[in-house]
Amino acid sequence: MSLTQKDKAAVKALWAKISKSADAIGSDALSRMLTVYPQTKTYFSHWPDMSPGSAPVKAHGKKVMGGINLAVSKIDDLTNGLLELSEQHAFQLRVDPTNFKILSHCVLVVVSSMFPNDFTPEAHVAFDKFLTAVALALSEKYR
Amino acid sequence: MVEWSDFERATIQDIFSKMEYEVVGPAALSRCLVVYPWTQRYFGNFGNLYNAAAIIANPMVAKHGTTILHGLDRAVKNMDDIKATYAELSVLHSEKLHVDPDNFKLLSDCLTIVVAAKLGKAFTGDVQAAFQKFLAVVVSSLGMQYH
Repeated sequence: MSLTQKDKAAVKALWAKISKSADAIGSDALSRMLTVYPQTKTYFSHWPDMSPGSAPVKAHGKKVMGGINLAVSKIDDLTNGLLELSEQHAFQLRVDPTNFKILSHCVLVVVSSMFPNDFTPEAHVAFDKFLTAVALALSEKYR
Repeated sequence: MVEWSDFERATIQDIFSKMEYEVVGPAALSRCLVVYPWTQRYFGNFGNLYNAAAIIANPMVAKHGTTILHGLDRAVKNMDDIKATYAELSVLHSEKLHVDPDNFKLLSDCLTIVVAAKLGKAFTGDVQAAFQKFLAVVVSSLGMQYH
């Protein structure tokens, strides 16, 4: 299920439309994840405030979307492009890879709610494939 | 038995009371067939599913999408015993339709995304949690009679 040229074009086209709202998307997606999938809160017990829209959540949402932005720019070689982030996730963060799917789903829900006309089925399949490829690149060094 | 909070019950009733079945049903099913193309295996007699445009325009897909969405009405009306409500449908999906139960989750994810598009800001994290919990119970019940 690798990214075709058509997929990459669709991802870039969608990103061009939504990237201005990256911070808001990140904050909403992360807030949503912590609410809908409470088990994910186990990764953030060091935060003083895990409530939706709180300062740590907003800051972290921004960070995550920065990673997605990087991934879009490295879409032709995600494994090498995300090497540093991959090592970070493998050796320091050690986030169970199931959670990549969970956060991806929340990002899709937010993009759909914020950009209903742009998030067509064609855009959806390309972006879902892309986020799956990003997750794969991030878990590259896990074992 | 599944425990529902007052908020969860109210949220589900509210979403479905305002549901545009003929829009959301077709949108959810066609999205599923586009985003997860292997699901097309169950619709060999539906005619042209060649590309996204064809799937979205396909009248059989639209009709079936509406049917499926109305199928959720039973669960909405019987939230306290969804398992029993869907026992027969579960047998049907297993023994007659031979649908891999993993597909139920794929469709329910697409339905969530379509409802999010419709409700926009109103689809808050808490509303999403209630909606996904409801769909998870439905999905689990539909898979219950497989053996």
